[in-house]
Amino acid sequence: MAESNVMVLGTWASPFVLRVKIALHLKSVNYENHEENLPESKSDLLLKSNPVYKKVPVLIHGHNPICESLIIVEYIDEVWTTSASSILPSDAYERAQSRFWAAYVEDKFFPALRRLLIGATEEDKKAALAEVVEGTVVLEGAFGELSKGKAFFGGDNIGFVDIALGSLLGWIEVIGKQCETKLVSEAKTPRLVQWADCFSAHEAVKDVLPEVDKLADFGLKLRAKILKALAPTN
Amino acid sequence: MAGELVLLDFWPSPFGMRSRIALAEKGIPYEYREEDLRNKSDLLLQMNPVHKKIPVLIHNGKPVCESVIQVQYIDEVWHDKAPLIPSDPYQRAVARFWVDFVDKKIYELGSKIWKTKGEEQANAKKEFIECLKLLEGELGDKTYFGGESLGYVDVALVPFYSWFYAYEKCGDFSIEAECPKMIAWVKRCMQKESVAKSLPDQEKVYEFVLQLKKLFGIE
Repeated sequence: MAESNVMVLGTWASPFVLRVKIALHLKSVNYENHEENLPESKSDLLLKSNPVYKKVPVLIHGHNPICESLIIVEYIDEVWTTSASSILPSDAYERAQSRFWAAYVEDKFFPALRRLLIGATEEDKKAALAEVVEGTVVLEGAFGELSKGKAFFGGDNIGFVDIALGSLLGWIEVIGKQCETKLVSEAKTPRLVQWADCFSAHEAVKDVLPEVDKLADFGLKLRAKILKALAPTN
Repeated sequence: MAGELVLLDFWPSPFGMRSRIALAEKGIPYEYREEDLRNKSDLLLQMNPVHKKIPVLIHNGKPVCESVIQVQYIDEVWHDKAPLIPSDPYQRAVARFWVDFVDKKIYELGSKIWKTKGEEQANAKKEFIECLKLLEGELGDKTYFGGESLGYVDVALVPFYSWFYAYEKCGDFSIEAECPKMIAWVKRCMQKESVAKSLPDQEKVYEFVLQLKKLFGIE
């Protein structure tokens, strides 16, 4: 039976919502999933819980709404402490490093990925592709530094950076197929390729990953919608 | 625990000011090093190869980059003095949310105010004031965002006050007229030595902005 006081407002395709679900699964926390019908409509509950951005994910714990996926993941880590492993490292310096790389994924890597998805011209796409590939190489380096020879950025267990980046793997695959390129390639990022397999196969992850075909379909529609909205009107 | 602390910074940076305030609040001695951003030091490039930006906090030779990460790091390492981040997980999540909001909105909108003109500037001014009003709502009747003492949101937001005069002159508007509660909060913060000593003079910042406008060919 789902814990009656934990609810996730989300959408199945959102990698940000996926982060929250992975974190909850890692901590074996049962929750009620509330699927929003975005962008067509936003529930009253969503508008009330996230009045500033009106976006998903929102975690509602008891009466308290928590917004922004990485903030939610840290909250989950801090509240449910009795389970096996913690998502953030216990050492303050290592915590700072994890936050740095999660912020890199958020502020640099994801925007480049998004530009690649919605790139209107060949030129836009070429520029975005170069940025994304460069990003994967930087992240390959970060993986070497943080994993210390283990399977995940978090070491033996899935950690903060794993969740931040791993949640994007479905979209990385979909966008790569669209561009006819493997964005995370064996040639440039062999460790990330291995890591991606380990992450996707993990107990807490495999059952929440969206189907890639469904995501690909959704991606095409999303791209069309965004381009239509951006197109100059006559 | 103190060890060797160096802050690579640039005097008008509101991001650098955050770390200055956090360190001052906790009475932690450190070496301040001014970077010339047109001629970045080897040390900066070595310590922040990914972004090549200031501020960088170097603790015992190891770099911590990104101001919000630095403030959290400082608070966690020197946790027994002047705590900035709430101990309750929910209050902490709320504080992080508003710091993230400041990061997403205030710097970018403020930059648009001094960089642009016409409709773009007007829109930026409008949104900037709306954001400050949202923050006023979050402050409510509290002395500081952190309650009775300076907290994480206070430290993240107050540095932008040093840029308010520049925004007002460039945008031809008064922030105090639109958001008096915000300015009242600023004045309370400025009574604290840690804040007053960490923020540069507003006129100096305005002169700097005028120089930047010249450099970028903005009228």
